[in-house]
Amino acid sequence: MILIVDMNWKKDSLGYYEFVSPILTIAKTQDECIVKHFLDLTSQDMNRCKSVILSGTALKDTATLSQPEKFTWLKETKKPVLGICAGMETIGAVYGMRLFRCLEIGMTSISTVKENPFYRKDFKAYSLHSYCIEPSADFTVYAKSAKCVQIIKHKTNPIYGVLFHPEVRNAELIRRFIQLES
Amino acid sequence: MRLGVLFSGGKDSTLALHYSAEKEEVVCLITIIPENKESFMFHTPNIEVSSLQAEALGLPQVKRATIGEKEKELSDLEDAIADAARMFQIEGVVTGAVESVYQAERVQRICNRLGLWCFNPLWKHDQKALLEELLEKRFNVIVSGVFAYPLDEKWLGKQIDTKLIGRLVDLQQKYGLSPAGEGGEIETTVLDAPLFKKKIEVLDYNVEFKGNSGVFMIKQARMVSK
Repeated sequence: MILIVDMNWKKDSLGYYEFVSPILTIAKTQDECIVKHFLDLTSQDMNRCKSVILSGTALKDTATLSQPEKFTWLKETKKPVLGICAGMETIGAVYGMRLFRCLEIGMTSISTVKENPFYRKDFKAYSLHSYCIEPSADFTVYAKSAKCVQIIKHKTNPIYGVLFHPEVRNAELIRRFIQLES
Repeated sequence: MRLGVLFSGGKDSTLALHYSAEKEEVVCLITIIPENKESFMFHTPNIEVSSLQAEALGLPQVKRATIGEKEKELSDLEDAIADAARMFQIEGVVTGAVESVYQAERVQRICNRLGLWCFNPLWKHDQKALLEELLEKRFNVIVSGVFAYPLDEKWLGKQIDTKLIGRLVDLQQKYGLSPAGEGGEIETTVLDAPLFKKKIEVLDYNVEFKGNSGVFMIKQARMVSK
């Protein structure tokens, strides 16, 4: 089972339809899914699931970034995690990375800079973010845009971050993450 | 959160309004009236009917005309959203974008410049499911424009029902048409929806059809009790 974490600023928000539903539509073609809001996560949810996807949020929503203490489990879990946009920024915050203001909106050209399970060549993806991260030494950079780092992976744990929104034009990345880690 | 909904009076913006009103406080509608029928952002026959729809919904409407040139219409949209922020203290904007990255990213940029939230509650939704949802929620929607072969004048003025959805899905399989008209193949006008306090009755109309496109122009309409 896949656990999709709703990262929007509140439970049952208007952001759910835009940032959680499209991920759920893709993920449920691969496996059973449950959705939990980040404030409602329990250790039981973590134990039940095979892998975790952290959703993105609206551009102005920085709720998870101001509450990294709610995500300390990201440092302990051995389960595969894919953090999308705000999800990746939250991984960065938990791992003590520096966050920068960096605005990208719309289709963005992305270069693959290291061999990875998702892309061999350069590609385009839909961006919607106002922050980016400076990766720490624990993480490998897989892909970059002209402005910032776009895909990272923890060097030893199966923790991935993507800054763009794969659910918009790059659904294959989500499917690949699920297949890779099952 | 106080929200303004970009409202054309078609099915997508009305359904986006419906979702938004369930979660937050919708305080106004924002409507752009293009003078150019080939507008990149806003192509809607019967845009004038949107004022009657706003009245039926009991919501104030911020309207702005645009000559519909590519970049000018974006600055007109930005001005309209800024007006709504000033007049109604909106904190965010809602659009009915489903698949169009072109529309979504432009509204996102405007909202970012104005410091407003931006929501697209229909984003990436399955188009057939969207049409079926309109029926479940008892929306009365008519086809008010067709812009692609093999859609012809017989579609104009037709109400969206189970049979019509079935035919649209068939055309998707045969011709690659997007069933909800997301590629601009179909435009719609909402005559009634759950949030409408009164419904719209069409009293007089005109059907114009030429080449592979046509519109159902509402010449006269009124509000009647539901």
